Amino acid sequence: MSAGLSNNLILVLAGIVALLIAATLVVALLAQSRPHHDYTELESRIRTWWAIVFIFSIAILVDRVAAIIFLAFVSFLALKEYLSMIPTRRSDRQAMFWAYLSIPVQYFWVYKSWYGMFIIFIPVFIFLLLPLRMVLIGEIRGFLRSAGTLHWGLMITVFGLSHSAYLLALPADPGVPAGGAGLLLYLVFLTQFNDIAQYICGKLLGRHKVIPQVSPNKTYEGLLGGVITTVLLAFLLAPVLTPLNQSHAIMAGFIISFGGFIGDLNISAIKRDLGIKDSGALLPGHGGVLDRVDSLSYSAPLFFHFTYYLYF
Amino acid sequence: MISFLRWLFFAVIVHPFLLIAIGVNIRNRENLPSSGPAVIVANHNSHLDALMLMTLLPTRMLPRIHPVAAGDYFLRNRFMAWFSVNIIGIIPISRKYIPGKPDPLMPVYDAIEDGHILIVFPEGSRGEPEHMATFKKGIAHLTRHFPDVPVVPVFMHGLGKTLPKGKYIPVPHICDVFIGEPINGEPDVNLFMEKLRSSFETLSHQYQFPEWE
Repeated sequence: MSAGLSNNLILVLAGIVALLIAATLVVALLAQSRPHHDYTELESRIRTWWAIVFIFSIAILVDRVAAIIFLAFVSFLALKEYLSMIPTRRSDRQAMFWAYLSIPVQYFWVYKSWYGMFIIFIPVFIFLLLPLRMVLIGEIRGFLRSAGTLHWGLMITVFGLSHSAYLLALPADPGVPAGGAGLLLYLVFLTQFNDIAQYICGKLLGRHKVIPQVSPNKTYEGLLGGVITTVLLAFLLAPVLTPLNQSHAIMAGFIISFGGFIGDLNISAIKRDLGIKDSGALLPGHGGVLDRVDSLSYSAPLFFHFTYYLYF
Repeated sequence: MISFLRWLFFAVIVHPFLLIAIGVNIRNRENLPSSGPAVIVANHNSHLDALMLMTLLPTRMLPRIHPVAAGDYFLRNRFMAWFSVNIIGIIPISRKYIPGKPDPLMPVYDAIEDGHILIVFPEGSRGEPEHMATFKKGIAHLTRHFPDVPVVPVFMHGLGKTLPKGKYIPVPHICDVFIGEPINGEPDVNLFMEKLRSSFETLSHQYQFPEWE
């Protein structure tokens, strides 16, 4: 990576750190001026953001391999949370073991930049392999539910998320100002920023609920606020991090914002179905890793294929 | 040397494996004992149970934590015996009480008197994973001698899926740990068992676990 490439990355990362400093100060001031209010959850949420930004920055600044390993690990944590919260069968142990093994293999295709294999490995080969493993065990009770839920989880937590890593495997192009890492940062930052913007706008202005049965906190006001800020940011950051032209950047903003919104609702629907609040407890103030990357599980494949079709 | 090996084993293998690869979700950590003597009583699903309980306490307390375990199983060959006693730090006891012979819990009494923290699985065996068997009364006899030593009930779920009895390859599932309020020993064995049973009843109903059959 040449100095010019990483400069843009560092510039944007510095901007993110500045945002975090601002958020930390605002919450500290709020807590000071309103001592009877409880801000502990918000404070722990921001502390966790610091940790996430720190680890993510290191992963994308070190090199491509570090970033791929980091994202594979995120997939592992998300799949583990998923498998721990869904109903499973004792006899699914072996199939689950193969499901876990598919993670390093899928990310190995990313490392090798083998697009054809990357795009069919889980939807075709793992899709065919896991039921085979389950058939050999011979337990038919609940077979369809198990085969279905296991593969569904892999599609979300491994196949979907690995698209963010494949941005790093795209051919280096002089038109891409910060390389694959720039595209990855663009996608991840916009997805997470969209979550936060929707949350803040929803808290401040939210009146009309979108789908209260699935998530009572999602309002049209929050959604609109998220879309506007994300599209604006997508437009401003595109020339710094991506090869996207102006109209494509606006479209990318819409894709990431709506994709993230649906991804979030998708995981919310499962948790509501299972009667649980958080997928885990690894990220204080946020819940589990799956709660944090739910939006990314949708925005990553959508943004990837949008960019891949237009520019690569 | 041995205590360094033990520390190394926990710091390099057990902690990263259990806390990161497997993962733990712990409720009411403040109920854990901060010093010995104390007895941690837990349900038993997996070989990983004792290791998990040991990682929940600060590493500096490691030299004072000992799982009480069946001698007939863990001392069955020389390597296993050396590893169980020196690295894991078990206190091996006989699962049978033979009249005329000394009380099999004698080494356990000594450890409590020395201020150690003991881990006891009153089910006596891992048994069916994620299925709690009736508690055996040895724990009541033990705590009857030490009514002032806190007994901390801990309900665990998940490790039986990760590594059940008879399996050798772990398949990660997050471990849920519920730590109850400490209870005290009772002169009446049945009264203590009732207290313990009702404490586990409460702990195990704090969360709705996904179906697993």
